[in-house]
Amino acid sequence: MAVALVLLLVAVASVLFHIYSPWWWTPIASNWRYIDDTINLTFWITGAVFCAVIAFMAYCVFRFHHKEGRRAAYNPENKKLEWWLSIVTAVGVAAMLAPGLVVWHQFVTVPDDATDVEVVGQQWMWSYRLPGKDGRLGTSDARLISPDNPLGLNPNDPNGQDDIVVQSDDLHLPVGKPVKVLLRSIDVLHDFYVPEFRAKMDMIPGSVTYYWFTPTRTGTFDVLCAELCGTAHAQMRSRVVVQEAKEYHAWLERQRTFAELSGQHDVAKAAYRTGRE
Amino acid sequence: MVDIPFDEVAGIPPAEVGEVELYHPHSWWTRYVFSQDAKVIAVQYSITAMSIGMVALVLSWMMRLQLGFPGTFSFIDANQYLQFITMHGMIMVIYLLTALFLGGFGNYLIPLMVGARDMVFPYVNMLSYWVYLLAVLVLVATFFVPGGPTGAGWTLYPPQAILSGTPGQDWGIVLMLASLILFIIGFTMGGLNYVVTVLQARTRGMTLMRMPLTVWGIFTATVMALLAFPALFVASVMLLLDRLLGTSFFMPTLVEMGQLTKYGGGSPILFQHLFWFFGHPEVYIVALPAFGIISDLISVHARKNIFGYRMMVWAIVAIGALSFVVWAHHMYVSGMNPYFGFFFATTTLIIAIPTAIKVYNWVLTLWRGDIHLTVPMLFALAFIITFVNGGLTGLFLGNVVVDVPLSDTMFVVAHFHMVMGIAPIMAVFGGLYHWYPKVTGRMLNEALGRFHFWVTFIGAYAIFFPMHYLGLLGMPRRYHDIGETTFVPASAHDLNAFMSVAALIVGFAQLVFLFNIIWSLFKGKEAGSNPWGAASLEWQTPETPPGHGNWGKDLPIVYRWAYDYSVPGAAGDFVPQNEPPAGLATQGAHP
Repeated sequence: MAVALVLLLVAVASVLFHIYSPWWWTPIASNWRYIDDTINLTFWITGAVFCAVIAFMAYCVFRFHHKEGRRAAYNPENKKLEWWLSIVTAVGVAAMLAPGLVVWHQFVTVPDDATDVEVVGQQWMWSYRLPGKDGRLGTSDARLISPDNPLGLNPNDPNGQDDIVVQSDDLHLPVGKPVKVLLRSIDVLHDFYVPEFRAKMDMIPGSVTYYWFTPTRTGTFDVLCAELCGTAHAQMRSRVVVQEAKEYHAWLERQRTFAELSGQHDVAKAAYRTGRE
Repeated sequence: MVDIPFDEVAGIPPAEVGEVELYHPHSWWTRYVFSQDAKVIAVQYSITAMSIGMVALVLSWMMRLQLGFPGTFSFIDANQYLQFITMHGMIMVIYLLTALFLGGFGNYLIPLMVGARDMVFPYVNMLSYWVYLLAVLVLVATFFVPGGPTGAGWTLYPPQAILSGTPGQDWGIVLMLASLILFIIGFTMGGLNYVVTVLQARTRGMTLMRMPLTVWGIFTATVMALLAFPALFVASVMLLLDRLLGTSFFMPTLVEMGQLTKYGGGSPILFQHLFWFFGHPEVYIVALPAFGIISDLISVHARKNIFGYRMMVWAIVAIGALSFVVWAHHMYVSGMNPYFGFFFATTTLIIAIPTAIKVYNWVLTLWRGDIHLTVPMLFALAFIITFVNGGLTGLFLGNVVVDVPLSDTMFVVAHFHMVMGIAPIMAVFGGLYHWYPKVTGRMLNEALGRFHFWVTFIGAYAIFFPMHYLGLLGMPRRYHDIGETTFVPASAHDLNAFMSVAALIVGFAQLVFLFNIIWSLFKGKEAGSNPWGAASLEWQTPETPPGHGNWGKDLPIVYRWAYDYSVPGAAGDFVPQNEPPAGLATQGAHP
């Protein structure tokens, strides 16, 4: 009796916790509302199953617990019941899987008008690169990495000269414009993770991974690393600032291109050499 | 399911392997230390696994102290936190659960449940334990080497696992990989034994479809482990070569602390595929024996046959087979080709169907039963709740697009602890309370058992159920300190502190269990040969604890399945597997 009650209480407490929990998603800031919807649907289906199974168990414990003279029934199997339960389960599973796959199809289909934005992870900081006026990012290679060229950009690629390079600063994005995030790492695995955007993807040294999203509201959002990358994994932070187009362009104007940055280095170096001689 | 007519014993085909000469110990050393008796080896495996498990438990306290009260404890820093999570995970999954279910329960129960005198290769069985012990010692050694154990996370993902930004890069990772290699060698020796024993050494009349589900679970898990562990073995060897000899199996051109390394051309994601090709079956290697044990506990203590035995067997086999084609659901956001997601989400969610059948059949076994709320039964009920909870959150994470926001958050941590931490541990405890009387001849103390049960079950649930919601909030895993964020409210820290206190309490409750095990060994109530009134063969031994060779002069003959409880017309509420059908003269039963 007491045991049945406790079992039931576990289910009730779980449901109440779910309803009244102050810990819930961050308000979404991207187009992936469908993901939230799929999670909600999954909560409904799995929650119903969870409650049904526990309630049934609790009832059995209450109704059939040992008493003097009780004898269990003998029924080895019931093919019909087992098949029905399997079919109902299969329907429930399909009801979660089908919308999930539809949304996944959207997730992997990058719209044609998405702007490329490169995010580079390294122990333990984030850097960003935006295409310049030509709308294209130049190539890069880890073998080109040097103190002067920390992101390993190809200095001979004309597409790369006007690329905007943002180091140790926030990434700014215009609201309402789809973005294809190209993810690159120069040392170990990292994962570019902004909770409000819902999307995330690992970055792997040696290859470029991607995902896309459209920022849907302005604001400043935390960037965290979601793939263990060593000692300072938890401190690998940055921010994404989503702005109206006008403010975004004003910010963009202030950024420096790869050509400018490398030129700066050359000038600085020359001055250094001159001073020394 | 007495589906074969037993007109006469002659109708029962002889055993595959008849009587063989057993190895007999000649001294105290060969009887209790270098023993070739599966029962002694089982106890050795269990004690070793539980001892190293206690280390992992203490590590979990350290982690919870840090998470609940960040910055309070000066002896825990970021590096140590990573080392704690790595060793905790590795120990719990491999050195405790795998070793305890297969090496412990498998060794003890397989020969007894199928009516064999011992494992078929006793010497190799002994070696299996000693190699396992060596693996554990190498693992423990990593705590004492310069730089300490590896902090790469239990998944040991390269490149970071072998680069200098991760603690334990010097010695820790090398010894970790060496220990894994040893473990797999040891396990393979044991595993071949379990499989061959089940296939070849079953006694007369013990057809495959009369075996208790515990044997089915352990057998299928062992077959899976023999197929899955080689993937981890090669991954470990390759990673070791990358670390020690500078090969580049998993290492692309990359920079280490600002310096270009000599590595080039390898693939970090190849390691992940190899790891999870082992890692996912591993989940079921731990779960299937638990499924089997729970089926038997429920049936015995509800005095009712397991409902839908045949479906249960096929569900075990189907889950085992399917679990080899779902591994990349651990890699949805790994950067592999995203189109794999369609395939792996589908296969993953299909596994839910045979798994759900098992759950239905457990609760339907309770229906119209005669439920004795013994300690093993309580643990079985708790197993169902925690397993259903963890299984259902698996439907979130398996559904590729839902996994994207949740992966690498505390939701994942909560999910896998519920489904392959708490649930299998409930099965372990249930199994220990259930079979302890057979192993020692004495009962575990019931009052201490109930206390242990309630604190462990409610406490563990209170740790891991709320943890899902921190994951929904977006809290990433493997963070020693969330630090400043805009999205984590102060109340989340209170929740963390609550979970930490619960974890400490649950941990201390395990000391009660340890005390119970030792105390009952001397002071426990005499159990007799079959205290639960169970029908399966291990309870029908002539001696309790079973002697060397298990069965006295003659091997038992099996006439029925393991679940003849409350059979209409039968005198008692159970009929042992080796009891001849009415009308068959007992003396005619000898082969």
